Amino acid sequence: MRDYLTFLSRCVALSFVGGRVYYAWMFLLTVLALVGLNAYARQLAHGLAVTGMTDQVSWGLYIGNFIYLDGLAAAVVLLVIPAYIYRNRALRDVVIFGQLFAVAAVIMCMLFVAVDLGRPDRFLHLFARPNFPDSMLTWDVIALGGYLLLNIHLTGYLVFCQYRKREPDLRRFVIPFVLVVIVWAITIQAVAAFLLSGLGGRPFWNSAVVAPRFLASAFAAGPAFMILTLECIARGTGYRVPREGLMTLRGIMTVALALHMFLLGSELFTAFYTGSAHAGSARYLFLGLDGHTGLVPWIWTAIALNLCALGVLFTPASQNLAMLSGACVMLIVGVWIEKGMGLIVPAFVPTPLGEIVEYAPTLDEVLVTLGVWGLGLLLYTILVRVTVPVLTGRLTIDTPGRGARRAAGAPAPRRPGASQSAEEEIRP
Amino acid sequence: MTIRIWEGKSAGAPGPCGAEPGFTRRGFLRGATGAVGGMAALAAALSPLRDLPDDAFPSLEEFLQKHYKEMTPAELADAMERVRAEVEGRYGVVPTVRDYPPIEGVRFAFALNLSRCIGCRKCVHACVEENNLSRSPEVQYIRVLEMPRGTMDLARGDHHYDRAEVPDGGHYYLPVQCHQCANPPCVKVCPVGATWQESDGIVVIDYDWCIGCRYCEAACPYWARRFNFAEPTIPDGGLNPDMGYLSNRPRRRGVVEKCHFCLHRTRRGEMPACLEVCPVGARKFGDVLDPQSEVSQILRTKRVLVLKEEVGTLPRFFYYFDERYPRDAGSPGPGEGGEAGP
Repeated sequence: MRDYLTFLSRCVALSFVGGRVYYAWMFLLTVLALVGLNAYARQLAHGLAVTGMTDQVSWGLYIGNFIYLDGLAAAVVLLVIPAYIYRNRALRDVVIFGQLFAVAAVIMCMLFVAVDLGRPDRFLHLFARPNFPDSMLTWDVIALGGYLLLNIHLTGYLVFCQYRKREPDLRRFVIPFVLVVIVWAITIQAVAAFLLSGLGGRPFWNSAVVAPRFLASAFAAGPAFMILTLECIARGTGYRVPREGLMTLRGIMTVALALHMFLLGSELFTAFYTGSAHAGSARYLFLGLDGHTGLVPWIWTAIALNLCALGVLFTPASQNLAMLSGACVMLIVGVWIEKGMGLIVPAFVPTPLGEIVEYAPTLDEVLVTLGVWGLGLLLYTILVRVTVPVLTGRLTIDTPGRGARRAAGAPAPRRPGASQSAEEEIRP
Repeated sequence: MTIRIWEGKSAGAPGPCGAEPGFTRRGFLRGATGAVGGMAALAAALSPLRDLPDDAFPSLEEFLQKHYKEMTPAELADAMERVRAEVEGRYGVVPTVRDYPPIEGVRFAFALNLSRCIGCRKCVHACVEENNLSRSPEVQYIRVLEMPRGTMDLARGDHHYDRAEVPDGGHYYLPVQCHQCANPPCVKVCPVGATWQESDGIVVIDYDWCIGCRYCEAACPYWARRFNFAEPTIPDGGLNPDMGYLSNRPRRRGVVEKCHFCLHRTRRGEMPACLEVCPVGARKFGDVLDPQSEVSQILRTKRVLVLKEEVGTLPRFFYYFDERYPRDAGSPGPGEGGEAGP
């Protein structure tokens, strides 16, 4: 227990230490988070009227980001399948970073739902009187909460074992949880998809292909996000995941993106070939409806980005890390547009009564969104920051550290020479 | 393996861990400046909260209040007393706030005569006044569509028609409000059970339990629900002091509301406000379990339809035309109207 507290305090201390790039990055994220908080304070003071949402388009940027991050959180963790089930060692470290991201992403998901609430002061009602099993939103609360705990356990346990230089007890504390987390990751995807596809009054969502599309797009965006993250980690710390790991990610990503595009095609065919009146939303999204074309440039940008990424991934050129990273960026942005705004907003246009009201997020809404992302990435950066030295063996239980007292700013000897004795005191 | 950027110059004497800088006066000053600056930035970020209205925070009573269905009669009485006091404080009017439970053995239904409706929107405004709906921003439970003749495609309706005179010859008028569905998707999706169906078929909302997630708005196929994006306002003298706890008591910002068949009137035997004001008698309301009621007779004898029958919501809001079935066609029930033609 004491070891653990020392470990935690060392982690906290560590997260305040870094080089210039690290400080600049953290400063930027902190500023984003504060600006977002500022916008959210305005939203609290004046109500959701400061957003672009209306009775006609009652969900927007917040829920779009929630859906996107939900997928990302699931996909990065599903990499445990090759890592543990197929014993692909190259992916094990990738998985830890994936799970760390899942922790941050789930917290972002929860924040996005929270900022979307009209009465955030009543969020405890979710637990006081949950409408279970009827409401998919209740399912989602359970799914996300459980997922968060599972990932905190898995990463925390593995990293702490590494820190204590002990072999993790895979059979008791890892593999059973890995099996659960696999099912759980698919569940949070399915639940988020069912949240939308279960609504009979919204033909755009009420389609069986929504859930498979969720999985496919998440499996494309998740590995893409991981590749970029690992690249940043490699540049920042010199800690490199074996190339083989990256190439496995590339393979998963390519297949998933191809599948995703196929599913999109199926959906388009069904919507447009029949020419049914139900295609209003799809028409609005892809072609514009009655002169309202707000989302048309966005969705075609997304499709173009995804197709470009797919093209690059299909060629051997993507074995080059720079090309691969480029494809990843295109893919992440493409899927974000498609799955965020492209999936949420058109379902509300036209309304069930046929009225067309367009939606565009307001500045405050964008700032709140950026703030949540900033906070999430800040958390993720800290998690990665403390994990890397542990994984590389630079921070272990035996490392002479100047743990808790120093970090808390407790008085300590000022002469550099005296510091050794202080360490001895703290070290267990 | 070398740590390149993260552990640069600031890392003091780089130990094998290289984790923390040596503790120096400079480091302390820097840390203190950072902490003070951070707190200042946080305070600045939160400064818009100064614009919060004084009564924005729920009172402790309201915060701890239970769900409507879980309150004892005494607790409900307390809650209604609190609402009374709040309304008086806010609007300077002493209201009567009552709880109207559903009457046993009654199942309400609405029937609207499409042959008669002239699209005057008097129902819309009567509803606004009766139910203390916000005037700014404008919230209305009833939406009237001006439909071109020859189609039931809602996408072709005009929501914002503005004519000097109604009705217009080439159109018919289709008012839409909450259909109080027997299979309500809004109730199913609410994550906190803040909306439910009562035994007389009316779907109600506990305004003090709703968390404002707007999932019900997304779920409703009739676009019947409204959300208070901003604080609702009612002009002086505009408040209707005759209030039901689950119906027309003033709502606050951040919760959902909708038509409730004027339950504070209908459950004591009166007619809904939209019906009373209708100049052409296009609206009929009553108990479908009573075979003698007007709605029962309409459902038996008229050509009746519901909107979006295919989504399976089983609305209790019916539309009908004046033409009767031929006399020899018997009396088909509401669900089988379509097949009963000659």
